[in-house]
Amino acid sequence: MGANLRKEAGPREVFCGLTSIVWLHRRMPDAFFLVVGSRTCAHLIQSAAGVMIFAEPRFGTAILSERDLAGLADAHDELDRVARELLTRRPEIRTLFLVGSCPSEVIKLDLARAAERLNEELQGRVRVVNYSGSGIETTFTEGEDGALSALVPLLPSTDRRQLLLAGTLADAVEDRLIHLFAKLGIETVCSFPPRQSTELPAVGPGTTVLLTQPFLSSTARLLKERGAKVLSAPFPLGAEGSRRWMEAACRDFNLPADRVASVLDPLEQRARMALEPHRAQLSGKRIVLLPESQLEIPLARFLQRECGMELVEVGTPYLNRELMAQELELLPEGTEVTEGQHVEQQLDRVRERHPDLVVCGMGLANPLEAEGITTKWSIELVFSPIHGIDQAGDLAELFSRPLRRRQLIHPALHPQTAHSSIHA
Amino acid sequence: MQLTLWTYEGPPHVGAMRIAASMQGVHYVLHAPQGDTYADLLFTMIERRGQRPPVTYTTFQARDLGGDTAELVKRTVHEAAERFRPDALLVGESCTAELIQDQPGALAQGMGLSMPVVTLELPAYSKKENWGAAETLYQLVRNLLKAQVPEQPQHDPRAWMAMGRRPRVNLIGPSLLGFRCRDDVLEIQRLLTLHGIDVGVVAPLGAGVSDLQRLPQADLNVCLYPEIAETSCSWLERNFGMPFTRTVPIGVGATHDFLVELHTLLGMEPPTDEEGYQCSRLPWYSESVDSTYLTGKRVFIFGDGTHALAAARICHEELGFKVVGLGTYSREMARPVRAAAKELGLEALISDDYLAVEAAMAEAAPELVLGTQMERHSAKRLGLPCAVISTPMHVQDVPARNSPQMGWEGANVIFDAWVHPLMMGLEEHLIGMFRHDFEFVDGHQSHLGHGGGRDSAAESRKTSAVVMSEEEHGPRWTADGEAELKKIPFFVRGKVRRNTETYAREAGRHEISSETLYDAKAHYKA
Repeated sequence: MGANLRKEAGPREVFCGLTSIVWLHRRMPDAFFLVVGSRTCAHLIQSAAGVMIFAEPRFGTAILSERDLAGLADAHDELDRVARELLTRRPEIRTLFLVGSCPSEVIKLDLARAAERLNEELQGRVRVVNYSGSGIETTFTEGEDGALSALVPLLPSTDRRQLLLAGTLADAVEDRLIHLFAKLGIETVCSFPPRQSTELPAVGPGTTVLLTQPFLSSTARLLKERGAKVLSAPFPLGAEGSRRWMEAACRDFNLPADRVASVLDPLEQRARMALEPHRAQLSGKRIVLLPESQLEIPLARFLQRECGMELVEVGTPYLNRELMAQELELLPEGTEVTEGQHVEQQLDRVRERHPDLVVCGMGLANPLEAEGITTKWSIELVFSPIHGIDQAGDLAELFSRPLRRRQLIHPALHPQTAHSSIHA
Repeated sequence: MQLTLWTYEGPPHVGAMRIAASMQGVHYVLHAPQGDTYADLLFTMIERRGQRPPVTYTTFQARDLGGDTAELVKRTVHEAAERFRPDALLVGESCTAELIQDQPGALAQGMGLSMPVVTLELPAYSKKENWGAAETLYQLVRNLLKAQVPEQPQHDPRAWMAMGRRPRVNLIGPSLLGFRCRDDVLEIQRLLTLHGIDVGVVAPLGAGVSDLQRLPQADLNVCLYPEIAETSCSWLERNFGMPFTRTVPIGVGATHDFLVELHTLLGMEPPTDEEGYQCSRLPWYSESVDSTYLTGKRVFIFGDGTHALAAARICHEELGFKVVGLGTYSREMARPVRAAAKELGLEALISDDYLAVEAAMAEAAPELVLGTQMERHSAKRLGLPCAVISTPMHVQDVPARNSPQMGWEGANVIFDAWVHPLMMGLEEHLIGMFRHDFEFVDGHQSHLGHGGGRDSAAESRKTSAVVMSEEEHGPRWTADGEAELKKIPFFVRGKVRRNTETYAREAGRHEISSETLYDAKAHYKA
């Protein structure tokens, strides 16, 4: 293994698992995500999601009040009442996710029991499942792992030989990947989560799973327990990663290597062409990825190997060595990978090393920009269609654009004499 | 337990963050799990700040709960005090930490730190953001000034005369993530300077600990935003005898009343009401002939208490609008808002459910909505023009230009911001006159862009739906009736359609002809 792994502890600057509701609810338009939590939870999701664009969003918060905490009201009765109120108002909802939060976990409100009770009452009209997106247990994208894990026991069984793509993809990317797999010779491809919460894919001993996202540890384990085989491969980010990811499936389906190469070679060539202008911009530039989405390690691998960037430090909120094994091997010898965070110390290192680009959360971006360090928001990487060989150029552009912008406007706008931060 | 899809206010600790981030040299240690750090983005993204808010989160995790979270609090307090060396340290907890009862404030108090430590107790399950901000400012003021409190307050707001200096006042309440506070402060400072009144301390925005400690050196306090400032102003009045102003200077009339109140308290000759007429363009713009069309425009108002109250007065007294709805999400301000609504013959809407607000808006059938960013979205769905008058903040509410709400310039800004979404007077007549010309495209939106007017495609879709459903449920439009309806300008057509149908139903008519339409018109004008 080439990377130099290090652990760090201290104050963290990361989103909690509730944030993944923002993309999960878009993937499954017939599902509602009901957070059982506090005003903070409601405020977090609406702040992260820019919620006001929705007439009525398909997520909400059952806000605990003093009465619930003091035991004046039975929290379970109250939750039933809120769920009924919600389902009356939104009769098109087919799956209701009860999402645990920090406060509901601390008061040990049993959402599994609530889901069971509501399922009985609703008699299959709406399916109710539960998982935790609390900040005391989950970081950002781990919320998706929780939601998918809650669905795995509901997947029907099958012995059919098939490929299952696990992890939320943009619809267009999913279509494209299914098309490519068909061209390669894999006809039966399903996705998890599906586009409709009622159309859950089946799983069983004939199922081969490719993880589209690196943060699905528990989902992967549960799928294995259902008899599926989970492939180990780099993740489908960039031309190389996407190619190796698809090749892993082709090997498992015993497809002839020359046929696979004949499909993938031109695609890779085209992706390299798309990458070229961004590579020119990014090559030799130094980057730090602060921990947040867990996409950091695959992205670092892409940026170093395909865009020629120098990796100063790669943060990750936590590290699943098994899922990340192939990615870590592809990192250059001695790459500094930091698991966990002490945000102040990490920022001290950023200031000291002054990289050309920092990938970070929205709370840190403008302060770093004001200090003269160019940034890229990590949240954009989970909202944008970046997966697959055809998206490699677009993915690189997410990183080259901030640098190009700075080159474009900096000379005209920035006083030559200013050495320190002027916007702080 | 309350179902909430969207909320006007954040939790109270976000209010505390607003105070800490507004000030200099104040740091806030917040006992909170990871994820609560989202609140940083409110400052760095919405307010576009180039600094992180001065907050250190303990970010405890589930595995810490079994161990010693109190130790984690102490370690975090220690590190924050060492690293940031603040002049005062706020210590508090968010909703989750409140449940585990570590009492971080007491822990920090016991650590023998060199700076003042102020404990915040902000009940997260019953209070909200603005309350949290008010309470935090109050606790800071009280803790930093308690040593100075006299046994018997002997404060004379006219003492400046004998001391041979100019009168001096503090501006209390402006904060980050408050609506146009940055620009209001500049405008009020300018206004006061013109009247020979000095500004002592502006707090919390830009104030340091030593500034709060010299609050009592001013002659009185100006309470700019009651939601944030009133608790502190009241305490200073009770303990130091410092009076404070009650009028919020938004609008021409209120700015004049504010100046009169201020001058009277300071023992100065109050200015005449000519000043507003000369210093603001709102009075003349409102009197000018083009504004005739503003008369009786139906306006729906919803926002925080301060801005909703101000908007109601301006609409009613200064622009000649008809207020058809008034409400607030600030429960602390429910009483004055109810009273103002009653004077306008309305019942105030006190709610933090945006869907209830949207329903009330639709019901009131306004021609203009003055609300928060959420009402702007609701208004868009209803095809109504809207101007934003209040928090919660959106990145658009922090414009690059100077754009105050208060004072004479604030009145100018308000005139433009509220009148421009409407069709201009002359333009409205021209469209009426030329709408049958072939060059005229129905649904013409003029300068309104996507913001106002009813989209003609939506209107025609709606037309067919209405025609179909009415066959079962109510009166049917005859061809002649439809033709007459088409002659009505599109931006009022929906309202005329609704009114006519209501009239026809009430009158028991099964068909709506052109005659019915004129009957309805006469009925509603009568």
